[in-house]
Amino acid sequence: MNERELRGLIGKVKAGKLSRRGFVRSMMAVGIAAPTASLILMQSGVAMAQSPSTYKPTKRGGGGTLKVLWWQGPTLLNPHFAVGTKDQDGSRIFYEPLAAWDGDGNLKPKLAAEIPSRENGGVSADGKSVTWKLKQGVTWHDGKPFTADDVIFNWQYAKDPATAAYTIGSYQDVDVEKVDQYTVVVKFKKPTPFWADAFVGTRGMLIPKHLFADYIGAKSRDAPTNLKPVGTGPYMFKDFKPGDMVTGVINPNYHQANKPYFDAIEMKGGGDAVSAARAVLQTGEYDFAWNMQVEDEILSRLEKGGKGRVQVTPGGNIEFFLMNQTDPWTEVDGERASLKTKHPTLSDPEVRKAMALLVDNKSIEQHIYGRTGPATRDFLYNPERFRSKNNPIEFNVDKANDILEKAGWKKGSDGIRAKDGKKLKFVYQTSINQPRQKTQAIVKQAAQKAGIDIELKSVTASVFFSSDVANPDTYTKFYTDLEMYTTTMTQPDPALHMLQFVPWEAASKDNKWQGRNITRWQSPECEKLYRESESELDPVKRAAMFIKMNDLAIQNHIVLGVVQRPTVSAQALKLNAQISGWDNNTSDLSDWFKDA
Amino acid sequence: MSRQYLIRRLLIAIPSLLGISVVLFAVLAMAPGDPFEELATNPAVPPEVRMALRAKFGLDDPIWTRYLHWLAAMLQGDWGFSFASRMDVDKLILQRLPVTLIVIGSSQILAILVALPVGVLAATRPYSVFDQIANTLAFIGFSLPTFFTGLLLILVFSIQLDWLPFVYRTDIEAKGWLFYWEHIKQSIMPVAVLGLFQGASLVRYVRSSVLDVIRLDYVTTARSKGIGERKVITKHVVRNALIPVVTLVALQMPIVFGGAIVTEQIFRVPGIGSLLISAMLANDTPVVMGVTFVFACLVVLFNLIADILYGWLDPRIAFR
Repeated sequence: MNERELRGLIGKVKAGKLSRRGFVRSMMAVGIAAPTASLILMQSGVAMAQSPSTYKPTKRGGGGTLKVLWWQGPTLLNPHFAVGTKDQDGSRIFYEPLAAWDGDGNLKPKLAAEIPSRENGGVSADGKSVTWKLKQGVTWHDGKPFTADDVIFNWQYAKDPATAAYTIGSYQDVDVEKVDQYTVVVKFKKPTPFWADAFVGTRGMLIPKHLFADYIGAKSRDAPTNLKPVGTGPYMFKDFKPGDMVTGVINPNYHQANKPYFDAIEMKGGGDAVSAARAVLQTGEYDFAWNMQVEDEILSRLEKGGKGRVQVTPGGNIEFFLMNQTDPWTEVDGERASLKTKHPTLSDPEVRKAMALLVDNKSIEQHIYGRTGPATRDFLYNPERFRSKNNPIEFNVDKANDILEKAGWKKGSDGIRAKDGKKLKFVYQTSINQPRQKTQAIVKQAAQKAGIDIELKSVTASVFFSSDVANPDTYTKFYTDLEMYTTTMTQPDPALHMLQFVPWEAASKDNKWQGRNITRWQSPECEKLYRESESELDPVKRAAMFIKMNDLAIQNHIVLGVVQRPTVSAQALKLNAQISGWDNNTSDLSDWFKDA
Repeated sequence: MSRQYLIRRLLIAIPSLLGISVVLFAVLAMAPGDPFEELATNPAVPPEVRMALRAKFGLDDPIWTRYLHWLAAMLQGDWGFSFASRMDVDKLILQRLPVTLIVIGSSQILAILVALPVGVLAATRPYSVFDQIANTLAFIGFSLPTFFTGLLLILVFSIQLDWLPFVYRTDIEAKGWLFYWEHIKQSIMPVAVLGLFQGASLVRYVRSSVLDVIRLDYVTTARSKGIGERKVITKHVVRNALIPVVTLVALQMPIVFGGAIVTEQIFRVPGIGSLLISAMLANDTPVVMGVTFVFACLVVLFNLIADILYGWLDPRIAFR
């Protein structure tokens, strides 16, 4: 579907000729997912649909204790310090943002009275401000009212570098002003197409001003409330043992009627993923278990226990394959893989093309990941409005051989192709993790048939993913020819995700390898597209730009998707829990309930 | 026993603890990893945040300055500050120490309760059927690692039979007897795993030690005086035979703590062992340092206790 057709449809919805549902359905028919579709509508000035509530209980409480298992327990409960998802999930029991992302990528109001849109005047026409109306009559767990002052305070708290909040990225570049007791305006320095960042979702949880006001900046770590949260959420704090247990009891004054259903919550930490899956799926000791990093085969076997089921929630995380554009074996000015060099063999587009043909996504999905990793070639595949339809999965050893032969890479006596004395020998690195080693083996085997020799290297995860400047084996240094890892997409907008392909983000010694462009690919075309996307307010055009960037990277064979990495959780059969791939696991905890 | 000896032993403990702390700190500092790794992989977090945090926690200082800082703080009773939890390390450890002590204590009691009668009985009837069976079981018991027996017990008692829970919880809601019953139920497996592992090797010590004593002349004398067999064994044999066993129990404490680390992880027992593992996974150096240091102190302490007990039980040993 092209832009014009899309606009026609949006016009129909606006004129009332087509229902929202009809629009979403016709978008899905052409491969655009519901979240995307409704965001397109939202940003085109059509109010966002409230996803129909499936919540059945008609009174608050009475559901007993909800027992959930996080095999790495939360270690802290201040959402502004909660780096790990485990900590965010734990904080989310007590704290709430203004709005949360639901599984379809829609915004769902939590502490906001409504979702800002162009239509209700919440989102300004120039894209430089968003007005949030707060829900009235909400109280903190200690009885104090929740007001605009609290919202303003969170912004001040997080943006202060001395506080050392991990949320600083969402707050440092915006200005927040109080309009009245229940209205705040978020102002941006330049037109901002993706405005739903500050006060929204994972990094938007709000802490009370009256308890944290004295602990802003360097004193932040001394706040007693860091360990005894007082929020607005469905459950009130009872006890916390870092890494072991978080417990909460029902909030009798919760701001949504008839919620929550459970009388208490218990989040137990520790142990390992497999035994956590067992406790839910096989013995039914627990109702929910988080992050099932377990082979699908084992999960299926445990599911036969009949006590629970595995839920796979799509998101944007992608396990992908990178080809180094610089020479990792030559040192220039004290760094390898310097931007001043070019890869001796991978700089040949034909070699990259052949290499891409040798990655067997389908087998990797089938034999390794199963339900927990659907195959994809795209780097950007979700939300679906950003998904390109142009990159089919192709695995073809003969074709790879052909391409290399034609490009002049001839097999030597050792069976390895070479040209001008340069051999097709690559080192392929990833972190130590069983599915990754199996994937490496599959790629190596195929490459061998095409006359490419691959040496496999696996690095301990704690080294590979560290930012240790002195260590040569980190993924950002990329001192090998090929590598593979999962990159996470934490919100349903690709702006941060696509930094992977912009030239100024190239990881190098100058930025202490903090750059997000790991392959060091230098593409003026991508640069131009990205710069344009930063101020493009038309969501359809903007989506097209991101799709184009993805296509450029995939079709130039700079990176290629291997498998999607959705969120996998285990749930008791009777539990109704909506999980969103774009927000924390517990983002919708107030709506969880059990069938009688 | 002289007080001088005790004081001297305590003084010797200080340099050994210092040495241990230097080694621990150096190893941890040299180990790869970054406590703010999750910040590095999250695209929404600007790198400056991580740099600021590293600077704030002094991670960019040279190793020796960091060590001296740690030592100076430690001497003032400040155990440091956890990166992952942003709270004091001593609080974290104190929160978890009781559980570990209870689990280890009860498993040690279980070990002794099993090892003493079995070992003595086996020694009094050497090479009998009972002895053979006890020996075989003891061999199996201490050759199987705790992580294996732990999983085995879970499979049998939790999954197949569904008798016992395999997730250990500290906040049991029940009141009165039910409360204790629930606690006992969830402790059975971890305690059994640790206790039987420990008991198995103790059986062998008790047996050989009793065998050594039972052949001595004074035992024959006692028998010839017409004292009953039962009395000979309990009053004359076991008493003397236990002297080396008691010290062994104390000396083996470090092994028990080591086993506890694994067992706690398997059963999700919130003790210092599982704290150590999660701290290691999070590269939370101050906590790792704190917990390993507690272990080191316990080892030194139990060595001291072993020496003192030995002298107290056997007055022939002189302290000089």
